[in-house]
Amino acid sequence: MNAPRNIGSTLPPPMAVLLELTHRCPLQCPYCSNPIQMEQVKGELSTAEWKSVLDQAAKLGVLQVHFSGGEPTVRQDLAELIAHARAVGLYTNLITSGVAANKARFDAMVAAGIDHVQLSIQDAEAETAEKIGNYAGAQEKKLTFARWVREAGLPLTINAVVNRHNIDRVGAMIDLAVSLDAHRVEIANVQYYGWALRNLEALMPRFDQFEASIATVEAARERLKGIIVIDYVVPDYYARVPKACMNGWGRRFMNITPSGKVLPCHAAETIPNLDFDSVRERPLAEIWAKSSAFEAFRGTDWMPEPCKSCDQREVDWGGCRCQAMALTGSAAEADPACGLSPHHAKLRAMAEAASHAASPEFQYRRIAPRPAQSDSPEPVVG
Amino acid sequence: MTVAALDLAAKPRLAPGVRLKYDDARECWVVLAPERVLMPDETALEVLQRLDGQKTIDDLVNELVTAYEADRGEILADVTELLNGLLEKRVLAL
Repeated sequence: MNAPRNIGSTLPPPMAVLLELTHRCPLQCPYCSNPIQMEQVKGELSTAEWKSVLDQAAKLGVLQVHFSGGEPTVRQDLAELIAHARAVGLYTNLITSGVAANKARFDAMVAAGIDHVQLSIQDAEAETAEKIGNYAGAQEKKLTFARWVREAGLPLTINAVVNRHNIDRVGAMIDLAVSLDAHRVEIANVQYYGWALRNLEALMPRFDQFEASIATVEAARERLKGIIVIDYVVPDYYARVPKACMNGWGRRFMNITPSGKVLPCHAAETIPNLDFDSVRERPLAEIWAKSSAFEAFRGTDWMPEPCKSCDQREVDWGGCRCQAMALTGSAAEADPACGLSPHHAKLRAMAEAASHAASPEFQYRRIAPRPAQSDSPEPVVG
Repeated sequence: MTVAALDLAAKPRLAPGVRLKYDDARECWVVLAPERVLMPDETALEVLQRLDGQKTIDDLVNELVTAYEADRGEILADVTELLNGLLEKRVLAL
């Protein structure tokens, strides 16, 4: 079995589309991947509009659809959309916090044909978990939701975002996933843009904490072989090579916001001067092929050095554009996570400083955020 | 490469959350699984299409021996290696 290949020199169809059905969410995690300026409920696409998106996606060659948010289960039409996605042949994945749906709503999603569920946890320990999500009683609801998923015979992935408050319990989070009979656990260090960048000092783990977490994950992988798959996404700030963010800009993936804007990645709106097309104004296939935002960093032509002549340029695709923007002031720079980036040393120093600072209070994600005291940290330019 | 022997009476099937479908856009078969898409080669496809959860590994090997007029030992070795790989990737479940 091989990974999918590009077909000839023409643009291959996207593999997956993530639908941010809404930005509403009962949780307020300070590292939320939604933009600082979240979209209001009145602007959300209607059921009919989302169904048209699903029709167009299937026709375009999308294979998997991720129902996400915000919290997707607050949309009353979620089961109807899942059923529609299945009817047009799409593989359906639910990405949920597990705190908003009751059993009847969950059963409707199962009946509609959901293929896989990804459930977030904020920690193995309820107290810290509920402080991170700013939602009392969340943990018990999540554990109940996980049980429903497995009782329905569906495969379950537990998603855990780690930061300085919970990274010492990576082992306990893996054990929790095992006890919930999950097939896979994805432990991801926070990615620092948007909300997370505002909360940099409140979230950044120390390097020694990160090293200990790697040892824990490696030991758990050995011990739990054949029982659970453990994916570990290391923090960019302590990395030497960048991630192949989105498997390359505009190569595999589209993200659609609640109001229908089509983004090459969920954080793409942090990059100024990109124009995003909406499914309300342009067919999805045309957006994939021609939208200027997708064209901006597609392939390798946009690359500066050190990416341009690097033999890894079609492996990591230059890393993350949004991180380059947030930390160097230019989205067209190499990802500073790369050891070859001239900004790499400053990135590491910034992580070290933030991780040793006293942890400030969280600035929780809110639909209408208060202005930040000093907004996001200064870029490490110059 | 050493391959673990399989129980010939076992009845492999697609694992929960895994689907095999023909993709019109790419004009090929794809395996859809949680967070993954795999493109089976001809041999893997042949095996995946024959497995329905009712058929034992022994039945499968017999079918392939007949279909390809091939040596049973060779087929069994190939099938064992392939099934082990698919089980490890959680494409199949026993």
